[in-house]
Amino acid sequence: MKRSISSFAGKRRNWSIPYILFLGFFVLTPLVLILFYAFTNGAGGFTFGNFQKFLQQPEAMHTFIFSVGVALITTVVCLLLGYPAAYILSRMESKSAKLLVLLFILPMWVNFLIRTLATVALFDFLGIPLGQGSLYFGMVYNFLPFMIYPIYNTLQKTDKNLIEAAQDLGANPRQVFFKTILPLSVPGITSGIMMVFMPVISTFAIAELLTINNIKLFGTTLQENIYNGMWNYGAALSLIMLLLIGITSMLNGQGTAKAAEEGGLI
Amino acid sequence: MMKRILSNSYIGLLLVMLYAPILIIVVFSFTEAKVLGNWSGFSFKLYTSLFNGGIHHSLASALWNTLIIGLIAAFVSMLLGTVAAIGIFNMRPKARKAVQLVNSIPILNPDIITAISLFLLFVSLGISQGYTTVILAHISFCTPYVVLSVYPRLLQMNDNLYEAALDLGATPFYALRKVLLPQLRPGMISGFILAFTLSIDDFVVTLFTIGNEGLETLSTYIYADARKGGLTPELRPLSAIIFITVLILLLAINQRAAKKRL
Repeated sequence: MKRSISSFAGKRRNWSIPYILFLGFFVLTPLVLILFYAFTNGAGGFTFGNFQKFLQQPEAMHTFIFSVGVALITTVVCLLLGYPAAYILSRMESKSAKLLVLLFILPMWVNFLIRTLATVALFDFLGIPLGQGSLYFGMVYNFLPFMIYPIYNTLQKTDKNLIEAAQDLGANPRQVFFKTILPLSVPGITSGIMMVFMPVISTFAIAELLTINNIKLFGTTLQENIYNGMWNYGAALSLIMLLLIGITSMLNGQGTAKAAEEGGLI
Repeated sequence: MMKRILSNSYIGLLLVMLYAPILIIVVFSFTEAKVLGNWSGFSFKLYTSLFNGGIHHSLASALWNTLIIGLIAAFVSMLLGTVAAIGIFNMRPKARKAVQLVNSIPILNPDIITAISLFLLFVSLGISQGYTTVILAHISFCTPYVVLSVYPRLLQMNDNLYEAALDLGATPFYALRKVLLPQLRPGMISGFILAFTLSIDDFVVTLFTIGNEGLETLSTYIYADARKGGLTPELRPLSAIIFITVLILLLAINQRAAKKRL
């Protein structure tokens, strides 16, 4: 009897094998292919040419830097708008706070292309011309919930005793906030930053729709190259984006893992 | 008091900003005007023409494709992810860490990288793109979320229950069905729902794996539409219906959860 249990349990470890094979084929192999295409030319020979092309082409370089800028500004605006909101929500009575958080997440369930086109309609309706302004509004509009949610989650779990202790020890409200609440909410902030910065840097289509094709972001450059059959150059550009994202997640450390967990909840 | 009014109005303001575009779509779904933003009188015409199909056959088939792909991808992801989670849970720590790391790659990778990498996989193997490739691609980015939602259930589980079932004479399969699965079910269901929403909402990965045989999902249909310059008016009532359905569903879930707690 005992033996059959342990052999079954032993087998159970093997249940992960189908998925491991699946991951190998559909996750790891494709990434290796990006690497392969990035360092080869059309004929399959090894080359650094694709990266040289990027460094020599002012247009692709310019789009890249501009996209990083847009992502940074969007992230900062989302943080400035989202933190107070998350803070207020975390102070509310839990029942109404839950409902409000739900309302903040709800727009995420409408297809993002439709939402973006609706933003365009809103600007048309108000008679505001489309351009940089509408681009930033659209980005913040699309990604603000991703900032509010993780921060709210962390703030809500904060041990209230610590805040009371700070007050008892004579801290004024400002000190309580800056010395106790803010430092304790850092994990939420870092995962919020990840969840906004990473998607924005790689968005594709939002910028075109919001600016009637006047402003192009790096995601579009990637798509155009792949679509025009420039697989090697496109793969090299993808690798550059992956590198940037790798660096960002490394700087964020534990925020990355948290973002991965919470990404699932939205 | 003053502070409270201020903070409440701040939340209100943000919500107005978030909902204004959606409100516009809902309002303008009740008028016939071709261009979003023009009001040509109240009418249900867009709703009736959405359901009568005919001219908008391509929209109906795009919607149909989206749902089919979503359901298949979510179902397969749920099975694959649950079996994988059980396996990963029983692995040795080192191997487990490695698999979990690879599992988080599709979650952290931006859509467009996933999309390009899968595109390169399919073209370098010479697989023609269509329904199958889209579904495989969706399974590949949905399953990691299922693993993440089932795994915590395994951590919370009491191992002795399963052993007790075996001691009481249950076959391993029976114990699995009667003891293990019921405990994993909530995680499986939320994984399924998550996978389904991710799949129907996906645009970038679909665009890169759908090929050019004329297959369209809702996202690629809207994208092609927007590039042509205008949104098919029937998309307004469709979005309104989707939005209202989700709103009611979520509020109902929230109500039920609130009642349970009492």
